[in-house]
Amino acid sequence: MSPTDSVLQVRGLSKSFGANTVLRGIDLDVPRGKVVALIGPSGSGKTTILRSLNGLELPDAGSVTVGASGGTSTGVEPQRPSLTLDFDAKVSPKEVAALRDRSAMVFQHYNLFPHMTVLQNVIEGPVRVQKRPRAEVVAEADALLKRVGLFEKRDSYPFELSGGQQQRVGIVRALALKPQLLLFDEPTSALDPELVDDVLAVIKELADEGWTMVIVTHELAFARQTADEVVFMDGGVVVERGPASQVLRKPQEERTQQFIRRLLHEI
Amino acid sequence: MDFDLFWSSLGPLLLGAVKGTIPLALASFALGLLIALLVAVMRISTSKLANGVGRVYVSLIRGTPLLVQLFVIFYGLPAVGVKIDPWPSAIIAFSLNVGGYAAEVIRAAILSVPQGQWEAGHMIGMSRNQTLLRIILPQAARVSVPPLSNTFISLVKDTSLASLILVTEMFRVAQQVAAFSQEFMLLYLEAAMIYWVICLALSTAQTRVEKRLDRYVAH
Repeated sequence: MSPTDSVLQVRGLSKSFGANTVLRGIDLDVPRGKVVALIGPSGSGKTTILRSLNGLELPDAGSVTVGASGGTSTGVEPQRPSLTLDFDAKVSPKEVAALRDRSAMVFQHYNLFPHMTVLQNVIEGPVRVQKRPRAEVVAEADALLKRVGLFEKRDSYPFELSGGQQQRVGIVRALALKPQLLLFDEPTSALDPELVDDVLAVIKELADEGWTMVIVTHELAFARQTADEVVFMDGGVVVERGPASQVLRKPQEERTQQFIRRLLHEI
Repeated sequence: MDFDLFWSSLGPLLLGAVKGTIPLALASFALGLLIALLVAVMRISTSKLANGVGRVYVSLIRGTPLLVQLFVIFYGLPAVGVKIDPWPSAIIAFSLNVGGYAAEVIRAAILSVPQGQWEAGHMIGMSRNQTLLRIILPQAARVSVPPLSNTFISLVKDTSLASLILVTEMFRVAQQVAAFSQEFMLLYLEAAMIYWVICLALSTAQTRVEKRLDRYVAH
């Protein structure tokens, strides 16, 4: 992989909350059009990495680089200059804004805006922040909502939707921002079991389409089908990483084996 | 009971309400809300200074009687060379007072909005102020309508205190007619009745606003 082909490069990311160290020098590379799944027990630091990639946490040390290349292999989203945030120095609000312009997040609890309709939720960022023409944004939003089967719900409020529908709106809201990098924070763990598949199907489709994504998940079967690489974390370090089939089927490290065994037993 | 006096004084009293009580309450409430919003934002800011100033302000307003605040501004300030007319004095005192109480209401309402809403606002690229205005405050508004209605209803009745600094509002009219006719019971009950009717109307308005803001939550 040539460095220019990399959408995301994370180097030496470290973060403590008080006396509690959650990240101890994490490296991560995501090539264009690839999907990386972060797995690991709760408290392993995987969500903190993801949040750092959207500036929702500011690491104490290390750097994050989002390359100039596109977030999909087809490159439909606007190209932005390469950006590096160096957390060893103080990062400015401007740099954080630039990072957020490049990455978009889908939250575990959807975090839709309850006082806005589905359509308003989707177009708020592109219209208010990115200042793009409203008519154009609405047309794109409608097309995205059709894709996930929620066009009829465009004028509904979030409380009128099921959890699975809300999460699909959450995904559309992220896509509408035309990011280079899509981040998913346990996108199905707040859902009733029968609603999980619809959401996973949408994410799988985006992966097949060539979006560059980082997904924190507990769904091992989904990770195996969707992710190109699986990264297993524990105690703030990467314990094992490799192709999805290898890490999930034939893990080398004992901690990985234990974790996967425990997760499979729960089912 | 002297019904002739009741009817003949009703006109002047209502005029006092329309030209005094109601505009005084409306102006003070509007200004008070602006002050409250500013103080609430100071109280949730990370700046220790802003936070401290906000805290002292709220403490002073809530810790001293409204009548004393009114007298300090109208009768006290001239001693240090600041002479303010009755109407502006009343509006300043009432809006500062509302500002202190409503600031705490608004602060609590802002804090009641889940942290995830701030994060979602930031995720789509909004600054802190944009998120506050577009995402947080509309949701905080819903929670703060009942307590802010209380504040407004109290304010309407508190405007009667302005009669003591020579503002011609409804209660001052009632006092004048009562002094002239010596019918104290009649005039003060009549004034009480008008306050009550105004507050009933406000309660109805409150219900409507609540219904409107509730349209986006599950029932």
